[in-house]
Amino acid sequence: MGDILARYDFLGAFWLTIQLSFWSALGALLVGTVIAILRVSPVPVLRLMGTAYVNTFRNTPLTLLMVFSILGASYVLGLSIAQSVETNLFYWAIIVLSVYHAAFVCEALRSGVNTIPAGQAEAARSIGLTFNQSLTEVLLPQAFRGAIAPLGSTLIALIKNTTVAAVIGASDAAGLMAVIIENETGTVGVFFLFALGFVILTLPLGVLFTSLSRKLAVKR
Amino acid sequence: MPLKKIGSLKKIGAVVAAAALALTLSACGGGAGGTDLTALKIGIKFDQPGLGLNEGGKYTGLDVDVATYIAGKLGTTPDKINWIQAPSAQRETLIETNQVDLVVATYSITDARKEKVSFAGPYFIAGQDLLVRADDNSITGPDSLAGKKLCSVTGSTSAQNVQKEVPGVNLQNFGTYSECVAALVAKGVDALTTDDTILAGYAAQAQYAGKLRVVGKPFSTENYGVGLKKGNTDLCTKVTDAIKAMIEDGSWQKAVDNNLGAANYKPGPGNPPTPAACS
Repeated sequence: MGDILARYDFLGAFWLTIQLSFWSALGALLVGTVIAILRVSPVPVLRLMGTAYVNTFRNTPLTLLMVFSILGASYVLGLSIAQSVETNLFYWAIIVLSVYHAAFVCEALRSGVNTIPAGQAEAARSIGLTFNQSLTEVLLPQAFRGAIAPLGSTLIALIKNTTVAAVIGASDAAGLMAVIIENETGTVGVFFLFALGFVILTLPLGVLFTSLSRKLAVKR
Repeated sequence: MPLKKIGSLKKIGAVVAAAALALTLSACGGGAGGTDLTALKIGIKFDQPGLGLNEGGKYTGLDVDVATYIAGKLGTTPDKINWIQAPSAQRETLIETNQVDLVVATYSITDARKEKVSFAGPYFIAGQDLLVRADDNSITGPDSLAGKKLCSVTGSTSAQNVQKEVPGVNLQNFGTYSECVAALVAKGVDALTTDDTILAGYAAQAQYAGKLRVVGKPFSTENYGVGLKKGNTDLCTKVTDAIKAMIEDGSWQKAVDNNLGAANYKPGPGNPPTPAACS
């Protein structure tokens, strides 16, 4: 097992996993927040758009989206982001992971909004705050604090889901595992090594988010 | 009513006992090293046109023909063969856990694999080659890939090999070769690289007739062997003899022509091979 560790670039592969996770988490948080705002907005058309987004991306397999981004979008429709295959698939993987997990971020935030008593929104409107003001001053800050636990679960799911990028050829942890299984034949040891890598990435995050959700919960 | 229930319980018990009995019987029924030579379980690819393809329960391809011939020599009639899907990453496990008796699935003989399983053969010598669009004459071999997009499968030997052969090559990897073929036909990539047998299988498919061409400049050697339980020399010798007989009586050539010949593919140098002795 030790010689396998020495001969293959584990750190490089997990570094790519971390990069994919970081940028996708950022993207998913941004897009997800926008979709969540659409879903709680007072305009029916916007609410419909938000609902349609969530239902579309939450119910489409990630592998399918991932393969479509390269085979469909890049090669059949010609929507390549970069000439270099590696750069192109890196950006597409981030876009797909962001778009897909945004649906889950949106639902986590909406559950956060639901923790706020309806009276607060009504009170905000009655003292003359606009929708934007009541959103940024009253609803969203409390929604984020109430949604920390589900947001943490979504982040952990996202980190593990970056492995799907191996189907479009990313040299991330899952890509390296495919190489090792091909060269060294599959063993339980190799499997545990990669499982351990992901546990090291996600376990501290789980602990962090649990303690944050306790600390930052809105006391009512 | 309760009586009836007890009756049906008894029936279930009888069925379970019979099944258990049947299992033990079949377990000791076989001859050589616990292998039942009259009902072989053979692992093949289910998704490799020209080599091992499952079309609604009908199995075709070079690997299937080789396996059927070997099974025949060992004493299993074609209708008694139990075909089992053997994806590349699972082949060693399938053999080690006795889920298959033989693996005939584009299985290259390598030293790392020899530590886990034994091989009979080779029964075919393949080489890594390039598949291009029929009207594209700009790619003539691995040294003309500058500025081209190449496609292969994540983690595969072919993908690793071409990165060593052509450093800095623009390589797109997918989960399966079929996706590469789709990208190649859509002009998203310029070439697909893997064993020439697999490439010839795709080129020979009816829907790609006249659209694809194998370049024909192999730049590696892959010895396809029949994988079997490590140390089962008896079975290995029988399989080796069967492969020799297949090459001698002309069935080997016929199987190659039938499965891969449609796209003007000719087996590379070294074919037909001489199977190595079992150890």
